[in-house]
Amino acid sequence: MPSADFQTLPVFKRGTKVRSRLLLFVTICLAMLVADMHFRYLETLRQVLSVVTYPLQRISSEPVMAARDASVYFATLAKVQIENADLRRRQLDVAEQRLRFEQLEQENAQLRALLDMAKRVRTRSVAAEVLYNAPDPFSRKVILDRGARGSVEAGQAVIDADGVLGQVTRVYPIQSEVTLVTDRNQAVPVQVERNGLRGVVFGTGRGGLEVRFVLANADIRVGDRLLTSGLDGMFVPGLPVAVVENVERDTDAFARVACRPLGGVERSARVLVLGRAELPPPPPKPDSEAPPAARSEAGAGKGRAKIGKNEAGVGKSGTGTRKSGAETRRRGAENS
Amino acid sequence: MQQFTNHSNRIQQPAKAWLVYLSLCVALGLDYVPTGALPGVPDWMALALAFWSIREPARVGMGTGFFFGVLVDIGQGAAMGQHALAYVVLAFLSNGLARRVMWFPVLVQALHVLPILLAAQGLMVAVRVVAGDEFPGWWYFLSSATGAILWLPLDYLLPQQLQPVDRDENRPI
Repeated sequence: MPSADFQTLPVFKRGTKVRSRLLLFVTICLAMLVADMHFRYLETLRQVLSVVTYPLQRISSEPVMAARDASVYFATLAKVQIENADLRRRQLDVAEQRLRFEQLEQENAQLRALLDMAKRVRTRSVAAEVLYNAPDPFSRKVILDRGARGSVEAGQAVIDADGVLGQVTRVYPIQSEVTLVTDRNQAVPVQVERNGLRGVVFGTGRGGLEVRFVLANADIRVGDRLLTSGLDGMFVPGLPVAVVENVERDTDAFARVACRPLGGVERSARVLVLGRAELPPPPPKPDSEAPPAARSEAGAGKGRAKIGKNEAGVGKSGTGTRKSGAETRRRGAENS
Repeated sequence: MQQFTNHSNRIQQPAKAWLVYLSLCVALGLDYVPTGALPGVPDWMALALAFWSIREPARVGMGTGFFFGVLVDIGQGAAMGQHALAYVVLAFLSNGLARRVMWFPVLVQALHVLPILLAAQGLMVAVRVVAGDEFPGWWYFLSSATGAILWLPLDYLLPQQLQPVDRDENRPI
């Protein structure tokens, strides 16, 4: 476009230089895009520069927060009293459940010890608040008010009272970014509550979810609840994720299973960040008597943990534990 | 017959550097405001960059676009290089139009800016959709239209010495 003007005035000619600069910048940008989206090389740079942009971000988000908090501030006394009474009642209910839960957990730990299975880690949870939706219109992410200093780690599950909301994908010092389950690049390994059928739930990018790679003749029905299977080692098993809304079987070899998220995925303001379900597997001992076949099998399990691009490598550990527990058990059975 | 005076506003004065960079930083701050999925919120940074690339092509260009683009990418949690690419192309197009646009009435100027803003947005959509992210819907492009509308008041907001040259019988265009 500019070259026609410049050619009439050779003194001020800058056409080729401008074009080569454009080419240079576009090449740099494309290289950055590939390095960031495909290989995730630029996370460190992002972390460093986010320290610079954070003050400006904070100032910019202040009016929006103030507007949101104003509604809380002007809540009437009566409303708060009703809510308070309700919360007290609910706390009593939960306390009773909690007592039973602690006893069951102890019993479970003893039983697992008897069976020589891997120990479950006691999951620690962090309560956090959703600050705002991330402004990027191409993805579904929210920003939480807890970051690395609030002991949030990348890869942790984020839930509310009704179900899974998403997974922490980026951690900044004071904030963290959660990719919601409805994002196109987010995947959660699940299990049908009724019969234990396993699958992986993906976001559709339109607010819904779908289970992919389920065979057309698989036993999955409308109304089935899907729970996390915990196979990835990141999500605690048994958390409700979605309910099946529609199953189409006549399309392909695979059924088309549309689901609705159970948690308040794009509504909840207060959430819980859950710790990992299992410890990462211990480094293999050089003098271990495990047969080489078993080791290679445990190694193959690693590939499965890399579900979803968003886990940024954090999901690579954590699958081995369950597997090695199973191995030990089998070996024990063979010896006896 | 007009009297000759020393004070003439015939030659467009260059904008002060602090004004340029302050306005770009303010635009950056406005881009960080979390407005959620509200359609039609203009991309302030794109608008400010287009404005200065047209007004001050010697100072604001592709390098500035790249730098502020990366900052927007980080603040918005977008893919690194997404806004940078869009703003580099936007600055290139605006620099190319710099010698022409300012001679038109302000409404026609806005019509020149609209396709530039749309091109920047289209580039971002193309990059992200190719990478497998969701298409944000056609409402996304509304923000270019609001940006072009905001071009009109921008013309009056500027300090007087930055206004374009008066026309008289000696300078018909």
